[in-house]
Amino acid sequence: MNINWFDADYLPWLIMLFPLLSFVIIVLFTARSRIVSQFVALAGIGIAWVLSMVEFVKVVWASDAELGHEVFGSSIDWMTLGTRTFEMGVLVDPLTAYMLLMVPLACLLIFAYSVGYMRSDPHYSRFFAYISLFAGAMLTLVLADNLLLLFVGWEVMGLCSYLLIGFWFHKKSAYQAGVKAFMTTRVGDMLMMVGIGYLFIVARTLDFREILYNEEMLAHLASTPAVIFGGSAAALIGVLLVAGTIGKSSQFPLHVWLPDAMEGPTPVSAMIHAATMVSAGVYMVVRMFPLLSAGADFHAGDFSAPMIVMGVIGSITALGAAILAVGQNDIKRILAYSTISQLGYMVAALGIGAWVAAAFHLVNHAFFKALLFMASGVVIHAMEHGQHEAAEHGDEHLHHEPEQPDGLVMDYVPPANDIRRMGGLLDRIPVTAITMAIGGLSLAGFPLITAGFWSKDEIIADAWHGAGEGYLLALLVVLCLLAAAVLTAFYTARMWFMTFWGAPRTPAAQHAGIGSFRNAWVRSRWARARRLEGVAVSHQDRSSALWMEVPLIVLAFLAIFAGFIGVHTDFPLLGALDNPLHEFLGGTLLEHPTAVDFNWLPVLASSLLALAGLGVGYWLYGLRPLGAEDADPAEQALGAGIWRVLENRFYIDILYRRYLVRPAEWFAVNIVIQAIDKETIDGVLETIGEAFVWLGEFFKRFNTIVIDGVGDGIPGAIGSFAGWFRQVQTGRIQQYLLYVTLALLALGALMFIQIR
Amino acid sequence: MEDISLVTVVLMLPLVGFFPLVFVRSLTDQTIRWLTLTVSIITFGASLLLLRNFDSNQAGLQMVTDWEWISAGSFTIRYFVGVDGISIWLVLLSTFIMPLAILFSFTSIKERPRLYYALLLLMEWAMIGVFIAQDLFLFYVFWEVTLVPMYFLIGIWGSEDRIYAAIKFFLYTMAGSLLMLVAILWLGNEAGTFAVPDIIAQIQSGELSFDVSTERLLFLGFAIAFAIKVPMWPLHSWLPDAHVQAPTAGSVILAGVLLKMGTYGFVRFNLPMFPEASRDFAPYIAVLAVIGIIYGAWVSYGQKDVKKLVAYSSISHLGFVMLGIFALNSAGIQGGILQMVNHGISTGGLFLLVGMLYERRHTKLMSAFGGIWAAMPLFSGISLVIVLSSMGLPGLNGFVGEFTILVGSAGSDVLSIWFTVFASLGIILAAVYMLYMFNTVYMGALDKEENRRLPDLHWQELWALIPILIMVFAIGLQAGYFFDFMDNSVSQLVEQVSGSVVATAGR
Repeated sequence: MNINWFDADYLPWLIMLFPLLSFVIIVLFTARSRIVSQFVALAGIGIAWVLSMVEFVKVVWASDAELGHEVFGSSIDWMTLGTRTFEMGVLVDPLTAYMLLMVPLACLLIFAYSVGYMRSDPHYSRFFAYISLFAGAMLTLVLADNLLLLFVGWEVMGLCSYLLIGFWFHKKSAYQAGVKAFMTTRVGDMLMMVGIGYLFIVARTLDFREILYNEEMLAHLASTPAVIFGGSAAALIGVLLVAGTIGKSSQFPLHVWLPDAMEGPTPVSAMIHAATMVSAGVYMVVRMFPLLSAGADFHAGDFSAPMIVMGVIGSITALGAAILAVGQNDIKRILAYSTISQLGYMVAALGIGAWVAAAFHLVNHAFFKALLFMASGVVIHAMEHGQHEAAEHGDEHLHHEPEQPDGLVMDYVPPANDIRRMGGLLDRIPVTAITMAIGGLSLAGFPLITAGFWSKDEIIADAWHGAGEGYLLALLVVLCLLAAAVLTAFYTARMWFMTFWGAPRTPAAQHAGIGSFRNAWVRSRWARARRLEGVAVSHQDRSSALWMEVPLIVLAFLAIFAGFIGVHTDFPLLGALDNPLHEFLGGTLLEHPTAVDFNWLPVLASSLLALAGLGVGYWLYGLRPLGAEDADPAEQALGAGIWRVLENRFYIDILYRRYLVRPAEWFAVNIVIQAIDKETIDGVLETIGEAFVWLGEFFKRFNTIVIDGVGDGIPGAIGSFAGWFRQVQTGRIQQYLLYVTLALLALGALMFIQIR
Repeated sequence: MEDISLVTVVLMLPLVGFFPLVFVRSLTDQTIRWLTLTVSIITFGASLLLLRNFDSNQAGLQMVTDWEWISAGSFTIRYFVGVDGISIWLVLLSTFIMPLAILFSFTSIKERPRLYYALLLLMEWAMIGVFIAQDLFLFYVFWEVTLVPMYFLIGIWGSEDRIYAAIKFFLYTMAGSLLMLVAILWLGNEAGTFAVPDIIAQIQSGELSFDVSTERLLFLGFAIAFAIKVPMWPLHSWLPDAHVQAPTAGSVILAGVLLKMGTYGFVRFNLPMFPEASRDFAPYIAVLAVIGIIYGAWVSYGQKDVKKLVAYSSISHLGFVMLGIFALNSAGIQGGILQMVNHGISTGGLFLLVGMLYERRHTKLMSAFGGIWAAMPLFSGISLVIVLSSMGLPGLNGFVGEFTILVGSAGSDVLSIWFTVFASLGIILAAVYMLYMFNTVYMGALDKEENRRLPDLHWQELWALIPILIMVFAIGLQAGYFFDFMDNSVSQLVEQVSGSVVATAGR
């Protein structure tokens, strides 16, 4: 067999191979050397990125005639069960190609950032091994041509999230968060696995080509009645798959793990929130959309069960998480809730059939969220440095540090993450401040110039259109998403202004910095004008800061320009770009999706709401920056009661802990182990054992009295019989003859009777 | 004696080591260890030849040896051995686990090594015998012989409560076996032979048939013996005691191979000989299996002792195997057989790990550890892989088995889909207790003084674990190779079970 590995059909194998190879190499050979491990990891993902670009070009170039209707890929037989064969293979269609634009690039940037961020960590090599595996698993998932391989990547990512969230495993809160993430997602995963199994039974295959690209199969699935719950098989499978997404993409009610996932190092948060994990959940439902919508004509308002689930869950999550994000003071936790909220947008979009918009937002979100997380990582680094410096200067006693709790605690905010302790960081980490502002604007959907605006707008436009047709689901979606849009803009503004604006509120913020550009900045005329000369310029590793800041700049660029490929064709001026994304992605579906007619109302609505949110944020936190002793205006406006509810995350985590986890533990120890296993099952056994012992005792008695009695009796009887019998043998011949005669007579009589 | 098959050679090899150990009194301890290890490795090598000579296109027995053993007028008892797709992996599992158990014992067993290693080899002989015997009587002999070495292993080299555990183990299993003996005698008497293939042929052709209640009684006679061995809920209570008290090698063998004798028995004897009863009983057995899955997982979760946790997890895993077998279709049974092998490898590995911890700290309480990862990075890394394999992480061996079993049970004609749903709950719980264990033992701060200077793996321990790691990945990534060997035999079995009533082959 002669395979040209650089053929578009085979290249995907190499794309996923290299990061996995890096993982293996680091684990087996280079773990001892930090530099080599770092190089191996970067090389692995770097090659994967280059190959992805090659693959992308090849796919686009090859499909010039009918954009996207060609599917590339190859597969091998993996295992045969009875008459059915499982295949493993790769597939590149327009959707995959679009993901290939984002995933390897985002991963590469995060890897590069990690070089700077993790520099002083003792488990540096291990970290790169894990994130290589993470990236490899995500690429496997994206490139898989069947649900089984997708699920393999899916679960391996679950493992990586566990390992990476709990990376600082000596911290109890870290490993608890790791388990929380793994377990919560696993609930969804198992439902998904049942769905996959059931799909295999009904469809006899898991191959995307044979299911998603096969109208007959989809019709068959939609017409087969499901074994339970009524409805069609497609609907049941769809709901089970959506359950997987609810876990993986952290949707209500399985959203609890993501806010705690920031216990891991910040690059990990960027991986989880942007390039991999949560994106994988949405990617899977985007991928399976033909199945999820099978048999339902959603353009006419007939939504299938999985779509209704997605629409409702997505809307609730988008709004609920946005509300919670307002009430957080931990910079990473704000971002975590914003991720949940934005994922809600995508899921809700799929619920109403806005397929292209969901994929579009998925990629844009990945870019700006990776940016935001990595920027927040720089902020935290700067703050940690500031704490250290401040402690050296002896200022820190002024500000009491909260005690670090043992394990996960809801309202504990590490001091370096606490935006209330920041302020004025603009002058200290300017590159970060500006790139984070760009990311924030993209997240908030700042009109026209940010990527986030275009994709969010497309979702809202689709929902608006549906609501206009009178579909209740679309109405719910559009209301929730618009409300969430205001809040998003507001909390983004709050976060940014509290972090970067005004004057430092603590000595730590005063001394914050990461070296690098800051030094030049502080010495600049502009800074001198702002009377910053007094601040000591810290001497830090400059290259470390470069590794962190360059990825931010690249992502900031993407956070703006990644959106222009998806502008509606009827939009003035920018519409001239001809919306290439829609055309391109549309080829993935059997029926090319038609874009809804352009409508000014949703565009205006979402623009105005975003501006309003940002405006309120500026008004409250920007016009008059928060001083060290000031109370948070949002907290004051909402009142202590509501604030407490937000801080406690609507009490959902507490509810789970109190009514699910604790009872399960209690039940395990007290009921299952003690009452059932020890007392009942072993008890029955003991009783049987005792019965046998008693029986043994009984037999022993029986033996001594009856058997031994009989036993002693029989020899006695034989003895006495013998004594009696001895008398028969007298030794006299006549007597013997008499016996013989009698015996003969008896025998004769017997024979006589028998003959008769 | 002209046709000694390879199977017989594999069976007899352990005895080659056993006799010198018993009769030559002048051997030094070191010689004994190396002799035993060499013999077990040669046995494993010979069993690899089985793989090479095995023709996976053939459904029936291969490499058969069939000699008359006891002949008495109306019936004959034969030395009748061979392998087919159902037993070949279990034979290999036995020969694979044995060198690892022996290697681990090098450092941990100091007392009476001659007797110890002789018993291990006797054990291996009997285990191989169980999996290759095709004559009911011969099977019964091997089945009972396995009890004896295990009884002494637990009773002599076990921990504090060893006598209680050993007796419980022996009596419990023995009680079940006797019912089986009655069933075997009855069946042999009816059929005029003890050879299983002959009996199956008679049943399939209708030459030998029972009325419903007789068939059910016979089914139960075998089933109870096997169910105790598996062990199925609620007949499991001997297992945790035996495991916790047994020396590490004993636990490894017990979990790795002995438990599989029960599940294997169901596949080999109950399904083809009593197809009607198997179909009738399938839902009930599946209920017990699913209870076992959830129950075992739940009990594991509440444990404080690592070894007990692993022991109870076996109940959960073997519940999966039973569920797969009684799905009565190709996917289920193949998944079940593969899962037997997987469980042997993963849980065997887990017991080795627990043994290594115990060697270092002389305690098995989870609370005595914490933060081990910082002290023993290599050990912890390997542990993680084995823990994940036991949890069924895709890409590792456990997943393939569990997934196939779930596909089998979901597509089963005799089981409703609810079994699948509840069984998958067990997979979630598996992650709960395994990660709970991993977190308490390996993660967290290294805050106990005794744990700070724990030495990492030495070479014997490492080499006992490496083969396990290799198999974890080999089965996980190339499961197709393993299924290929079973395919034809299992298809034939499925046909036999489904009879003419419902053709479910391939489902």
